[in-house]
Amino acid sequence: MEYFVQQLINGLTLGSIYGLIAIGYTMVYGIIGMINFAHGDIFMIGAFISLAVFLILTSVLGFAFLPVVLLIVLIVSMLFTSAWGWTVERLAYRPLRGSFRLAPLITAIGMSIVLQNFVQITQGARVKPLPPQIQGGVTLMQGSTEQGTILVQLSYMQMIIILTTLILMTGFTLLITRTSLGRAQRACEQDRKMAALLGVNVDRTISLTFVMGAALAAVAGLMFLLLYGVIDFYIGFLAGVKAFTAAVLGGIGSLPGAMLGGLLIGLIEVFWSGYFTVEYKDVAAFSILAIVLIFLPSGLLGQPEVEKV
Amino acid sequence: MAGAKTNVPAASNRPAGAQRAAERGRQAPNIVAAPKKNKLKDSLRDAATAAMLVAVLGLFFIGVRTDIAPGGLDLKMRWTAWIVSILVVFGGRLALNMFVFQAHTPATQTLGQKIGQLGAAAPGLGKWLMRALFAFAVVLPFFFTTFFPGKDRQFIDLAILIMTYIMLGWGLNIVVGLAGLLDLGYVAFYAVGAYSFALLAQHFEFIGFWVALPLAGMLAALWGIILGFPVLRLRGDYLAIVTLAFGEIIRIVLLNWYQFTGGPDGISGIPKPTFFGLELKRGEGGFADFFGIEYAPIQRFIFLYYIIFFLALLTNFVTMRLRRLPIGRAWEALREDEIACRSLGINTRNTKLTAFAIGAMFGGFAGSFFATRQGFISPESFTFLESAIILAIVVLGGLGSQIGVVIAAVVMIGGIEMLRNLGFLSQVFGPGFDPVQYRMLIFGMAMVLIMVWKPRGLVSTREPTAVLKEKKRIDADMVAQGEGH
Repeated sequence: MEYFVQQLINGLTLGSIYGLIAIGYTMVYGIIGMINFAHGDIFMIGAFISLAVFLILTSVLGFAFLPVVLLIVLIVSMLFTSAWGWTVERLAYRPLRGSFRLAPLITAIGMSIVLQNFVQITQGARVKPLPPQIQGGVTLMQGSTEQGTILVQLSYMQMIIILTTLILMTGFTLLITRTSLGRAQRACEQDRKMAALLGVNVDRTISLTFVMGAALAAVAGLMFLLLYGVIDFYIGFLAGVKAFTAAVLGGIGSLPGAMLGGLLIGLIEVFWSGYFTVEYKDVAAFSILAIVLIFLPSGLLGQPEVEKV
Repeated sequence: MAGAKTNVPAASNRPAGAQRAAERGRQAPNIVAAPKKNKLKDSLRDAATAAMLVAVLGLFFIGVRTDIAPGGLDLKMRWTAWIVSILVVFGGRLALNMFVFQAHTPATQTLGQKIGQLGAAAPGLGKWLMRALFAFAVVLPFFFTTFFPGKDRQFIDLAILIMTYIMLGWGLNIVVGLAGLLDLGYVAFYAVGAYSFALLAQHFEFIGFWVALPLAGMLAALWGIILGFPVLRLRGDYLAIVTLAFGEIIRIVLLNWYQFTGGPDGISGIPKPTFFGLELKRGEGGFADFFGIEYAPIQRFIFLYYIIFFLALLTNFVTMRLRRLPIGRAWEALREDEIACRSLGINTRNTKLTAFAIGAMFGGFAGSFFATRQGFISPESFTFLESAIILAIVVLGGLGSQIGVVIAAVVMIGGIEMLRNLGFLSQVFGPGFDPVQYRMLIFGMAMVLIMVWKPRGLVSTREPTAVLKEKKRIDADMVAQGEGH
């Protein structure tokens, strides 16, 4: 029981990260109907920017008060990663708008290769370890088994991750439902041509969608860095595929769906490695992706696609 | 360039005149466009924007580098590199603006038109070019041994590599180009082929390359059906993602099933191919001994080259033949319109499965060739990147175009490998400069640039299989790309 609760907490933490990345996929798919293959690498870029800013603040400028440092890292990383997201859209996707569907998929894969190799060349291929910054936690439960006592711990780190995700999600939902930008986005999602006729700047809206997705991916990158303490140039691929799975599981195009899907994927991965095997945890994620797409293509909260002849 | 292109409807079933109208529409703005007055000012502003963007993007990547140091991570500032990169982008963008983008007629467009005119002026030219290319491929090993005796091994090895990708590209072209099924996990079949041969050779003494080749092909085809069956209902991007997932599952299983596949250690000691039972080795009983010629290590490379050349030609031949059979026409009908296809009574399930199976079979052949060439395989060689490269070759060359695959494979693989010969650059950029590490970066950039320049691939015409009266090439825009609607 204690083990189960502990895994549940771990799963929710991991799921929050996946959920934040998944939002980027789901928004882009909703608005232009393509898989932004480079989004996982944008997440990786965010993690690297967070690491650089964190090191500059702590070791070069000598800031010591951790909450302020992390807040600055968060904001700077979101800003700079957004610039990356915007550039990727501008270079690789905008020139191909209205072209046939395979072309942006190929440029997206090309962009993903470019980003990975750019980071590998400029930052080196070796992993970057960062010692744990936030330690300690609250003990929720205590139980004993044959092996000894088991503590159920909710670390401060996990609390911060889950809380930040909650705050961001609330703010984000408000942005989509209440502001004119959100309205423009939903309009473009439904009918791009009609939205353009009614005076919505479609190109700008799409760019902003990429920027928002990248900003959330940057938050996920910072959390990943703090939670695992190790990043390298290749983390984007797996995290990207899993987050995409989350987006599909929740129903692509649906924001609450992306978050729900992220949490589910996080839980499944953690329970799979906790109760079955660690080696095949990625197989679990990939199998779920295949199963969901085959049997439940519209996801849990998505709307079924109507096939028109 | 986006403005002119977006007007072209993506639908493939346009009336005959629409094509010409679209062509005219595309050229029209070019004729009336007046030269810009503030060319210099605009160019400068644009270049400054680009430079600023690079400054922002590069700040934490080019300007700062984190390295592992005793007691944590170490920060290194590289402001010179950062400033140089900004200046290079500013200068490059300015030059491009002045001479290419804002010139009266953009250089890329004139080039495209010239190539088009050349093709129209001499309709037989393409055919002759292809024949010349084929003749060159036949004599290639001897060309290199005669004219580049010092570097022949390296060049023939490169030719083998390119030929392997051509074969894989042709195999994938059946699935993606003809049947219109977007497969991002093609490397799975490559892996199945390689591992089938390696495992068969490991467990059974008598199995050599030539026995294992058909077995590997059959096993890969079987896997093509097994993996194809669940995805029959999917199309477009979703199909791509599920095939990607299958490819990764196979790789992870190969990586973790230690008792069976050797896990990350891979399998080594895979037998070399024999020439009708003759091994290509030194001394008694070898190929050279039997024919009474002097043994040279290069003979093995020449032999390998001819094997893959033969296999690639087989792939091409079978594809071209299948295209004329009912099954090939069913594939193309499926690509154009799945619903219409079903209404006409074509069994879409069998059509899709045969496409998957035959594509996978050629992937399996190529895989067992890869195993015998390397002598060692491990899951490392079958990552998603490999699938992406093969798909990129097919799409960049022009989906469904056989010669396009050849051009794309030569340009992408050959061009990238040529970087290894650019050692002299290290004298310019300092001893730490290694052009090889930029390989994949340049590959990715080339993928993006070629797609933006020519979204339909380098070869922009297709030859329809079914014709009325005369055979003629059509524009690639007229062909559907497996979007499923």
